[in-house]
Amino acid sequence: MPVTLTLPAVLSKLADGSREIASAGQTVGEVINDIARRYPRLSPRLKDEQGAPYPFITIYLNDEDIRLKGGFAAAVRDGDELTVVPAIAGG
Amino acid sequence: MTTLSATRPEALPLRCRQCKADFPAAPTAICEECLGPLEPVYDADRTLPDAATIARRAPSLWRYREWLPLRGEIVHSPDTGFTPLIDAPRLADRLGVGRAWLKNDAVCHPSLSFKDRVVAAAINAAAAFGLDTIGCASTGNLANAVAAQAARAGLAAWIFIPEDLELAKVVGTAVYRPNLVRVRGTYDDVNRLCAQVADHFGWGLVNLNLRSYYGEGSKTMAFEIAEQLGWRQPTAVIAPMAGGSLVTKLARGFREFREAGLVSGDPPRIYGAQATGCAPIVRLVERGDGQLVPEQPRTIARSIAIGNPADGGYAAETIRGSGGWAAAVSDPELVQGIRTLAEETGVFTETAGGVTVAAAFALAAAGHFRTTDELVLCITGNGLKTIEALGGVLPDAPVINARLREVKELVRAATPALDPIGTP
Repeated sequence: MPVTLTLPAVLSKLADGSREIASAGQTVGEVINDIARRYPRLSPRLKDEQGAPYPFITIYLNDEDIRLKGGFAAAVRDGDELTVVPAIAGG
Repeated sequence: MTTLSATRPEALPLRCRQCKADFPAAPTAICEECLGPLEPVYDADRTLPDAATIARRAPSLWRYREWLPLRGEIVHSPDTGFTPLIDAPRLADRLGVGRAWLKNDAVCHPSLSFKDRVVAAAINAAAAFGLDTIGCASTGNLANAVAAQAARAGLAAWIFIPEDLELAKVVGTAVYRPNLVRVRGTYDDVNRLCAQVADHFGWGLVNLNLRSYYGEGSKTMAFEIAEQLGWRQPTAVIAPMAGGSLVTKLARGFREFREAGLVSGDPPRIYGAQATGCAPIVRLVERGDGQLVPEQPRTIARSIAIGNPADGGYAAETIRGSGGWAAAVSDPELVQGIRTLAEETGVFTETAGGVTVAAAFALAAAGHFRTTDELVLCITGNGLKTIEALGGVLPDAPVINARLREVKELVRAATPALDPIGTP
């Protein structure tokens, strides 16, 4: 079972309209790199020029912000869900 | 009273704060080009009112309508804002500043917090877009504000909160009969869910897809402070930080009044306050490296417990650029802040206000304030919403029989050096 990346609507048009993309890899970074390679227009909205997470999004691995789990180095397993969320105001 | 119109207001177009791309008015808060935050674009040539004109208008935040992101007459929440600015001389003495005032949004209409301001702006933006359902992700105060204002406007509301919020904030939302949903997890979990909800349904979530308009309501706190001080600026302002937007909008509000010629002089130094158990913006200010590190919130100050603050970077920039600073305080310190404010000023604030007061004392002790400073403390919520914070810390009231003798004994015990009633 692959890892699934869910995109917000604002990014899905950069992935040929896909809201959910299946991928595989050992780490979040490997999954992101695979998806970035397949969808080049999406790539600069997932990672910056240095290859780090793009600053205006937060990526969750299941229920946790990846920045609390080692960032792109966080390990993933089959069945994991990655969710890309734009930054949000307070409440 | 501001008159409500039968016609919809018109929302202003938007521009990306980051890449400056322009967009038409829409219920969207994110730049399609770079994902940066969108902000309303004001007509630089619009006619601005002078101080006398503003002063003649109804006492609500709409007296500053030329600086709010809607054209035409508003249709909802005409009475929000224009809360008291309270002189606090004893607090000033204790902080070692020349003057101190409280901007008391603990009595903001209709739901007793600063969030009424931002919802007043957002709900009229929702009207501009013809939306019949609004909602939010909330740590409590925003839930109260959305529920109350949606009820008055006759709009459906979907409100998402962490499951363990304080009872008063749950009741203070549920009473208006919105669709209230309690989510297992922290506010950041609720936020993540609501980002997907906003994407999926066509609702106006005030702090998500209506955020560009919502945030502008915060500026009115600065406008009111300037007007209530006699059309001038304080030298320093301290406010609590959750998502970080308020401190940025305070700075912008003062700037817009300077640009309009309504006030003059140097901009106030902006100070930010957080609880130690959730202080990513304070730590960003202290490090100065521009890289926000998210945190897992662990504090009783739930209304500001946002571990991944969207405007954290901008807030830190604003604070450092103004010459201000930030401080974090522990839960016991914030409880003492609540008590100090009540005892010295007669204002009962919730945990976020306790954080603000305690942080002001911490900053004073660290030498950040001057004896000539004119300091405004932004009190953003009402103490009746978080009475759990004071559990076990206030003295028990004695229970007596209805006998004057027993009162005399209590008075003698309370004032041993005096015997005002001549008891034998």
